[in-house]
Amino acid sequence: MKFLCLDCDAQMDFADRHQPGDGTFAAAFTCPRCGRSVAMLANPMETQMVSALGVQIGGRELDEQPMEFVRKNLLGRDDAFVDEGEDPPTARRRPQWSAEAEQRLARVPGFVRGMVKRLYGEFAFERGIAEITPAVMDRARTELGLEEM
Amino acid sequence: MGPVTTRSYFDLADGDRSRVLEQVRAQRARVAERLASVRAVVTVASGKGGVGKSFATASLAVAAARRGLAIGVVDADLRSPTVARMLSAEGRLAVVGDRVTPRVGAGGVRVMSADFLLEKGRPLAWREPAGERFVWRGALEVGALRAFLGDVDWGALDLLLVDLPPGADGVSDVATLVPSVAGAVAVTIPSEESRRSVARTMRALTESGQKVLGLVENMAGYVCGDCRRARSLFAGAAGAALAQEFAVPLLAQIPFDPAALPADPGPPWTAAVERLLERLQ
Repeated sequence: MKFLCLDCDAQMDFADRHQPGDGTFAAAFTCPRCGRSVAMLANPMETQMVSALGVQIGGRELDEQPMEFVRKNLLGRDDAFVDEGEDPPTARRRPQWSAEAEQRLARVPGFVRGMVKRLYGEFAFERGIAEITPAVMDRARTELGLEEM
Repeated sequence: MGPVTTRSYFDLADGDRSRVLEQVRAQRARVAERLASVRAVVTVASGKGGVGKSFATASLAVAAARRGLAIGVVDADLRSPTVARMLSAEGRLAVVGDRVTPRVGAGGVRVMSADFLLEKGRPLAWREPAGERFVWRGALEVGALRAFLGDVDWGALDLLLVDLPPGADGVSDVATLVPSVAGAVAVTIPSEESRRSVARTMRALTESGQKVLGLVENMAGYVCGDCRRARSLFAGAAGAALAQEFAVPLLAQIPFDPAALPADPGPPWTAAVERLLERLQ
């Protein structure tokens, strides 16, 4: 999907995305020449069509997590997965979690909690963030499209 | 504002930030990469429900494992997952690194099933808007099958059996996700109704260029426990008729036995595996 600024005859740049948690999806695009911004607002059916393909509008920031599609879309039991972290040969230093962030993570349903933790961890690691705080989680939710998780 | 003149998607030179097509290609590449160490992927299909397809899958898997082969089973019947239980595979799925470790069942068979994911006694349900579910249900189910194939650490396998839900749709779903699928085993019971139904599925297989490796006729009579005489359960001879019509081998005719356990398959299954392996060569 591409957006064209008719006045400038220029392709608009993807700027941001937002999933407010009501099943809808918003993506913002900005013209690189005149700076005009537009937002594409998708209804729950349109959002679901994209979600059902397992793709992300605006591109994928991090590699797909194991069983990410299933964990995001299936209503499964809380204890289905046990996240055992990295393979020892590929283990690397992970960012620390603040107590507040841990408390917030505990409110995520168990079926997806381990995957969400890994996604936040990947997000922070890729950006050199040493400690995951609620503010970091807020940023990751917006940038990674995790609002519904 | 005057007449609006736009250009097509392909007229715009800059890339599509979402790269949806590339994301889909990456999904497929992941499946291919994970299955690279699997020598053969074989689907187990039937047009009709209730013919014992999962029973056949589990029995073939254990019989092959006892022959010393490394075997995996994907339970693609998301709505009614039964093969994991037949193989005594249960428990939580360990996520290690970038993949999920399959559970191990009877005979050392590696298993992935929705049975590990669903709440006990609860039906399959997705996070989705309440209306018009039929629109994306197919995409969701194929997405789950993709994850079962591509997100699981199958390791080196001689054979990965995919137990499909009843009907012909699953056949094409697997072929789309795994273009290198070696073929399919069709399962029927002797009845004329089953023959008609399974024939449709076998035709769908052949028309899509897939090889039907053979047939299993399940519930092919039973042996009376008192007089030991063989008796028929259903009128018809669907196994032989389908084998002739499609020129494929009848791998096994399995009599009904209420005490039969897939975890302990009998000689007919051992013979069926031998014939199947011949067809795979």
